[in-house]
Amino acid sequence: MGQIEWAMWANEQALASGLILITGGIVATAGRFVQWYFGAYSIAAGVFICLLEYPRGKRRKGSTMERCGQKYMTAVVKLFGPLTRNYYIRAVLHLLLSVPAGFLLATILGTVCLVIASAIYLLAAIRGEQWTPIEQKPKERPQVGGTIKQPPTNPPPRPPAEVRKKPSEGEEAGAAAGGPQINPIPVTDEVV
Amino acid sequence: MMVCWVLNESVSVMVVLSWLAANFYLFIDTFCWYEQEESFFYTRVILGSTLAWARASAVCLNFNCMLILLPVSRNLISFVKGTSTCCRGPWRRQLDKNLKFHKLVAYGVLIHATIHTVAHLFNLERYHLSHVEGTEGLPAALSKLGSMPNESYLNPIRTFHVTVTTESLTTIAGVTGLVISLALILIVTSSTELIRQASYELFWYTHHIFIIFFIGLAIHGTGQIIRGQTPESLSVHNVTFCKDHYAEWQESSLCPVPQFSGKEPSAWKWVLGPVVLYALERIIRLWRFQQEVVVTKVISHPSSVLELRMKKRDFRMAPGQYILIQCPSISPLEWHPFTLTSAPQEDFFSVHIRAAGDWTRALLKAFGAEGQTLKDPCSLPRIAVDGPFGSSLTDVSHYPVSVCIAAGIGVTPFASLLKSMWFKCCESQSLPELNKVYLYWICRDARAFEWFADLLLSLETQMSERGKAHLLSYHIFLTGWNENQAIHIALHWDENTDVITGLKHKTFFGRPNWKDEFKQIAYNHPSSSIGVFCCGPKALSKTLQKMCRVYSSADPRGVRFYYNRENF
Repeated sequence: MGQIEWAMWANEQALASGLILITGGIVATAGRFVQWYFGAYSIAAGVFICLLEYPRGKRRKGSTMERCGQKYMTAVVKLFGPLTRNYYIRAVLHLLLSVPAGFLLATILGTVCLVIASAIYLLAAIRGEQWTPIEQKPKERPQVGGTIKQPPTNPPPRPPAEVRKKPSEGEEAGAAAGGPQINPIPVTDEVV
Repeated sequence: MMVCWVLNESVSVMVVLSWLAANFYLFIDTFCWYEQEESFFYTRVILGSTLAWARASAVCLNFNCMLILLPVSRNLISFVKGTSTCCRGPWRRQLDKNLKFHKLVAYGVLIHATIHTVAHLFNLERYHLSHVEGTEGLPAALSKLGSMPNESYLNPIRTFHVTVTTESLTTIAGVTGLVISLALILIVTSSTELIRQASYELFWYTHHIFIIFFIGLAIHGTGQIIRGQTPESLSVHNVTFCKDHYAEWQESSLCPVPQFSGKEPSAWKWVLGPVVLYALERIIRLWRFQQEVVVTKVISHPSSVLELRMKKRDFRMAPGQYILIQCPSISPLEWHPFTLTSAPQEDFFSVHIRAAGDWTRALLKAFGAEGQTLKDPCSLPRIAVDGPFGSSLTDVSHYPVSVCIAAGIGVTPFASLLKSMWFKCCESQSLPELNKVYLYWICRDARAFEWFADLLLSLETQMSERGKAHLLSYHIFLTGWNENQAIHIALHWDENTDVITGLKHKTFFGRPNWKDEFKQIAYNHPSSSIGVFCCGPKALSKTLQKMCRVYSSADPRGVRFYYNRENF
């Protein structure tokens, strides 16, 4: 399993746990189960976890598929710096978040899933992985006319680029070697 | 034989609709039964409709868990493909979509599991609440049943002074329910496309948690905590009358105390068949693993391509099929698919393997492809082969005209096909139905597939010798080149043979214009069935599907394009 970055699986698992916590929490709160306040906590914790885990981290090797619309959350998650970058902290955070939900049957599945996600994050942290945001590459505006420095000074037929003298720094690129082109066959202008 | 004038997609749609219809039917039928059944009247008094929701989703879960193992039993599918003669075209293509169906059924399992869990959460809560001090009435009376010696209980929760969590986690149903839900979640999170592509091994190993899932599913109902009135009790206890006289149940002989019993677990009855079939499937794979495979030749091609020629007893193949290879010294559990590149007429079978991931790189190293030293034949690692498994390419020779489109490494299935055609040409047999084959090969770097260009060259000479040059028409498209290559090509443009491949057909540069190509083919073969076979990326596949739809004529006697896709 050389290529696997455990954080990828931990991320999927934590996101799933968040969704399960939200579902279990809604069921417990809407049904006004006994100790339903744990359900309310579960919804809040689930939403927080989903928001935290939604932006995918950048893989060390290769390109990463972004989740749809994740750039907004990436900006927020990036703000917390080492708190969100470090996977040890995430592992501990998930472990702590999962504990209160364990008191209610409706959310206990979310607890167990989150504990597993926490364990996988711990494994990822031990292997030295960390969360790096996927940066948007700034769009390079195509510089119109950037490569055109000077129009050619000599009329066609023009010799190919290799034959033209290579311009040294500072010189105009259009300066031909040895002055204007001398045509081997006399060219007459046929316009009367 | 029934003539199937159906569009390519409609068979898939029919399968999906039948599956949906079966789910809906089972759900609604079970729901109504539990809502109206007399023996569950008293259960409904405490639980309400959530009983019916839980039971209906349970039946659908049984149905879907039964179906889910079938699409991944590839030997079974091969067997069915081999023996079926009905409506060959569309149904044979359908069986290639087994993985998609497996995923669809998995989504069904997820949805029903959610409904089932939520409904039972409500059920447990209601059972618990009916013990609250101060509840009067029928629910309270029913919940108290079972405390006396000759009474059977209805409510599995006996007092209020327990938590629902502990109560449920001390029952078989509760524990197995948690375990199988967890197994399901782990399987789902490790099966996302991202994880599958990043690490197939993680996906494959984690998927084996399904064993725990099925065991848990079978014992989930053994606690029998969903209880209904026994038939004997129903015969002496008239529910419609007695429900209002619950205070008199103990004394009156008109309404003796109702007796309850649990429902027999039924999940095992649904899943036993497929589990046995899948176990057989794994045994077949193991048996195939034990069979001896002799590697007769190892050829190292440029650009990290290894050709392995092997022999195995009783191995029979058809062009376009693929085999699964396992190399125990690299990984004891992984089987990787490779298309066969040899023809059935040869006395060996071969695959071309490109180093594209961990396993393939390790294989190339093990066979000495990377070093210069020759490996001693006895020191070559052992190989196990499963298959061959059919894929839609075996249909190529069933169409009068076939268009084969391959991108990059996807040309390998067609290699087998063309070799087979070459052999048939040599034996001077005319291919029964096939009139013309068009081959389009789009690749970025022709160097990686020099072995294929050699094949095309020999085919070209053979066919023109036999006067059958018109049978195969191939077009190679090179989509990647640098400036030096472009200059070289431009300088040699007027020569007879192509400068890149050495073939008579010139190589084109850039991607094909499919509209023009399809128009030309449709024009050349006005009233034929044309099979279109594609082995390449999804985007190409989508484009070709569209072209097939657009250029098939509306007239049933006109040209029709049938689209087939490979999936790996």
